[in-house]
Amino acid sequence: MLFDSTLSLKHNVQIMKARNFRYIRPDSLQHAYRILEENGGDAVPIAGGQSLLAGLNMRLSAPKLLVDIGGLKELAGQSQRDGTIRLGALTRHGELLQSDLVRKQLPLLAQAAAHIGHVAIRNRGTLGGSLAYADPAAELPACSVALRATLVLGSAAGEREVKAEDFFKGLFETDLRPGELIVAVKFPAPQANTTAGFAELARRRGDFALVGLAAMVSARRDRIEGARLVYFGCVDRAKVAASVSVAVSGLAMPVLDTAAFEREIRQDLTPDDTPGLRAETKLHMATVLTRRVLNSLVMQAAS
Amino acid sequence: MNTNTRSSTGIGARVPRLELQRLLSGRGRYIDDIKLPRMLHVCFVRSPHPHARIVSINVEPAKQARGVEAVLTAADINPRCEPFVGVALHRPGHRSAPQLLLASERAVWQGQPVVAVIADSLAEAEDAAELVAIEWAPLPVVGDQMQAIAPGTPAIHPELDDNVAFDFSLERGEPAKAFAEADYVIEEEFRFERQMAMTLETRGLIADFNPGDGSLTVIHAHQSPFQMQDVFSRHLKIPEHKVRVIAPDIGGGFGMKLNLYVDEMAAVVASMVLGRPVKFCVDRLESFVSDAQARDHRIKARIAFMKSGEIVAMEMDDIAAVGAYGMPMRFNVAEGMMAITITGAPYSFENYKARTRSIYVNKNLIGMYRGVGMPLACIATELLTDLAADKLGIDTVEFKRRTYRPKSSLPCITPGGQRLETVSFHECLEKLVELIDYDALRKEQRKLREKDVFRGLGIATFCEQTAYGPPYYGPSGAPISTQDGCNLRLEPSGSVRCVTSLTDQGQGTLTGIAQIVADTIGVSIEQVGVIGGDSSISPYGGGAWASRGMAIGGEAALRAGTMLKHNILALAGTITQTPPEALDIIDGQVVNTRTGQPVISLADVGRIGYFRQDTLPPDHDVQLSVSASFVGNDKMYYMANGVQASYVEVDCETGFIKVLGQWAVDDCGRVINPLLVDGQVRGGIVQGIGAVLYEECIYSDDANLLNGTMADYLVPMADEMPDIVVAHVETPEASTKLGAKGIGEAGLIGAMGSVWVAVNDALKPFGARVRHQPFTPERVLDALARARSGRR
Ligand SMILES: Cc1cc2nc3c(=O)[nH]c(=O)nc-3n(C[C@H](O)[C@H](O)[C@H](O)COP(=O)(O)OP(=O)(O)OC[C@H]3O[C@@H](n4cnc5c(N)ncnc54)[C@H](O)[C@@H]3O)c2cc1C
Repeated sequence: MLFDSTLSLKHNVQIMKARNFRYIRPDSLQHAYRILEENGGDAVPIAGGQSLLAGLNMRLSAPKLLVDIGGLKELAGQSQRDGTIRLGALTRHGELLQSDLVRKQLPLLAQAAAHIGHVAIRNRGTLGGSLAYADPAAELPACSVALRATLVLGSAAGEREVKAEDFFKGLFETDLRPGELIVAVKFPAPQANTTAGFAELARRRGDFALVGLAAMVSARRDRIEGARLVYFGCVDRAKVAASVSVAVSGLAMPVLDTAAFEREIRQDLTPDDTPGLRAETKLHMATVLTRRVLNSLVMQAAS
Repeated sequence: MNTNTRSSTGIGARVPRLELQRLLSGRGRYIDDIKLPRMLHVCFVRSPHPHARIVSINVEPAKQARGVEAVLTAADINPRCEPFVGVALHRPGHRSAPQLLLASERAVWQGQPVVAVIADSLAEAEDAAELVAIEWAPLPVVGDQMQAIAPGTPAIHPELDDNVAFDFSLERGEPAKAFAEADYVIEEEFRFERQMAMTLETRGLIADFNPGDGSLTVIHAHQSPFQMQDVFSRHLKIPEHKVRVIAPDIGGGFGMKLNLYVDEMAAVVASMVLGRPVKFCVDRLESFVSDAQARDHRIKARIAFMKSGEIVAMEMDDIAAVGAYGMPMRFNVAEGMMAITITGAPYSFENYKARTRSIYVNKNLIGMYRGVGMPLACIATELLTDLAADKLGIDTVEFKRRTYRPKSSLPCITPGGQRLETVSFHECLEKLVELIDYDALRKEQRKLREKDVFRGLGIATFCEQTAYGPPYYGPSGAPISTQDGCNLRLEPSGSVRCVTSLTDQGQGTLTGIAQIVADTIGVSIEQVGVIGGDSSISPYGGGAWASRGMAIGGEAALRAGTMLKHNILALAGTITQTPPEALDIIDGQVVNTRTGQPVISLADVGRIGYFRQDTLPPDHDVQLSVSASFVGNDKMYYMANGVQASYVEVDCETGFIKVLGQWAVDDCGRVINPLLVDGQVRGGIVQGIGAVLYEECIYSDDANLLNGTMADYLVPMADEMPDIVVAHVETPEASTKLGAKGIGEAGLIGAMGSVWVAVNDALKPFGARVRHQPFTPERVLDALARARSGRR
């Protein structure tokens, strides 16, 4: 979901241009922190602009000052050290697809990135922006929870670290404090016997998913040993689907019957009725999707 | 036509659109690119309610805002314009309340314009529009057609007593008897949700009223400048010769830019009030609530047939929600009328009964949109005949072979009243069967079903009424001309300038006209310049609608070309002292027909014809500018036809549908330019697939639009589209020299039919049927669930 499109029609005027705002492009991270601190609630950071600008153009919000962090070197780059992969907040979705490091060590992110919007959006949209925006239908927040990521947050007051599963607080709500930026995201290199599984159901390629699943699963022979399943699109925020993750552990593969986790899907997922799609239908789709993701892992293991 | 000298750019050649270089290098001129001196911008404040009374309007804060020139309400605007009553005089019983430009006491759809804010810039107009305060008292809403006709539902327009705009029935033969005596009867219900035209460029115009001479020039993204010249003149009381309407580059029309819009009229009135140019560009969100929408039908249809395979009767009952008013000039009863009159057209049967009702609801107006009611007819006919073939245990292609109208029965009038003359159902079908390797696809389909892969193959036959003639609009009372015209002038340097009454919204029509002119005269296309879309300079004409440009405007160009060639040869004959009959024009040279030797260049003919008339005999009358108009006086339409096939796969667990392949065999008569024709077919197919699988204006029960953005309203995109194969059968229209029929809507009509049949074919193993368009995953899953529980 990009935003609630009924909002704009409730106004008298249908407008697609932002209200007036000022724009500034700081030349260092410290400079950015200072501007954000000085301007308080009037200032909003802009990275790729692929979520923020749509909202501004619909006049759903009207900040006075945009602070463009897109050129800050401190927020860019990728590195690996001591079993930890660090991706700068400005890592573009397109880079997740191309980076050898990501493809080898964090294939889940590369699989997911292919489903985010279209080329033009992936060239601009950033990892930090996606996590900060915390759209419950977005791929990257779910992946970061599934991968046990840690977010590095910074402000004029210094840096702190927060686990991804503690970062997402609710619908478009995060642990970010005023004046704080996501600096980087740290991912532990996954253990040898775990496999990444990913799938989503979207009406058209590049659309936000009706329901999606990012999974890290460990299996031995033809049995699932442990699973960390994170759904997107049918939840209010990215979080581990605890009941389903437990319910699928121990299942023999391939999974033919979904009865073992149907009830748990109802516990962990909280879809709403949306125009043209009932919550009940989404739960059914989530069930089918879960079975398919788990079985795709068997195929991966076999090949 | 100069068929013996057919060049690489003449009739039939694959000529890329002449304007592509200009448009693709960013040098197009659309409404939004054009700026006039002292130009103002208008932004409308619209009703957020589908039905509400206006308690009060406070425009004072908006008037004070920066850059604002005027804030106009109904009291300022409406008295200046004769109200519109969108009623077709030849449809007895058709009625509509008069439509005013701005809502004054009540708004009757969400998006109806209420206040016009005019400022120096669009940004200032928008900012000020937000300051207009309107107090509303919401009224009970009539949300859909079933509610609208239910007893006790109040009439949206009290003066009409109820919500029925039009109720029409037709009957041929003895349908009741045929249904009673048939071996089998199959009945289906169909639902078609509302959709948008979704042009790449939204609607817009610049109105420039000049108080100095009382003239009005409107630069208008409209398909028919002549229609609008008439409207502006009559409704705003400006003498017609002082009204000029110019259609610049236009980014897509699809019929949506053929309608008449109260906001556009109000923008013109604002220019008259202020005596300055006023620009109005609809923005994308605004287009969702103000562009004419399409479809919104509920149809019940039946077919009766015998064990022998003979179809004995069909029946259609259509109830359409047309919005809050009748569409002026273009009449939104047309969807239903075309749906019921074209149903069954390709098939032999005698007994037919049909009814269509147009119903008022508190929604935006339905208007013209590609295909009008024809896809609905195609879908009902093809789904029912496909099911009939199944019931009889006959392969669907074999059934079509047996029940299509035989060639020997042409010309004929179908039970629905369609006149068929040069249609080619059988030829198109056989070509298609070969093209898709029908038997192999069926085999693959059967094999995959054993592996729980559910594919469907759908074949749809269609008729397309193209190029309406005067019997169509004439009796309706709407001053819509079905003729088109062409001026040609030999320039002194030997090139040719062409002014056509046609307009081009991206089809490449003007390129086709250039080909016809070049071919007819005997010059290369580089020697021909074409302009269209200016109501003040070309012969009177219709413009672009109903797939008519090439068929009618092309014939006019051909006739003008023939005249100009005749005059050129007469002059060349005089200059060279040769009988004109012994001369021809080839590659821009006048040549001796017998020897093929050049006699004189067109440049020399032009030079002498314009500057050295002193060297000619005193009585030689030089006419190097000619004008021709064309209309098929007695012709209701030219009937084009074709057959399409879709191959789809349905994921029966998720309800998702993938179109794997699409094939079209089309007969639009003579093909002037295969690139243009195939472009029309492909674009139409994509729109057709979009309609069946994706596009839907989702409204709440109380008529609030729930998905008015392009994130939520799904248009078809490249990733989801299959490969499309296009082939042709060419059966020329018999009544014109050119022989072209229309092609604009064929792709969409056939694709909607074939995707409907294909998806339902895929669901046959489950006994499930999906009949509610678009086929969303949920509707597919619901259909499967119904089948599992023993319902259909
Ligand atoms: C047509 C379209 C389709 C899309 N489809 C998808 C899709 O399928 N899946 C998907 O996940 N996304 C999709 N997106 C959204 C896209 O992924 C965005 O790029 C992403 O959500 C936000 O990243 P951004 O860099 O563009 O952030 P911006 O739009 O610049 O900012 C978004 C928010 O995050 C804040 N922010 C940005 N960076 C930081 C930072 N480093 N620290 C703190 N706050 C920050 C901003 O202040 C703002 O509030 C789509 C977008 C479009 C336009």
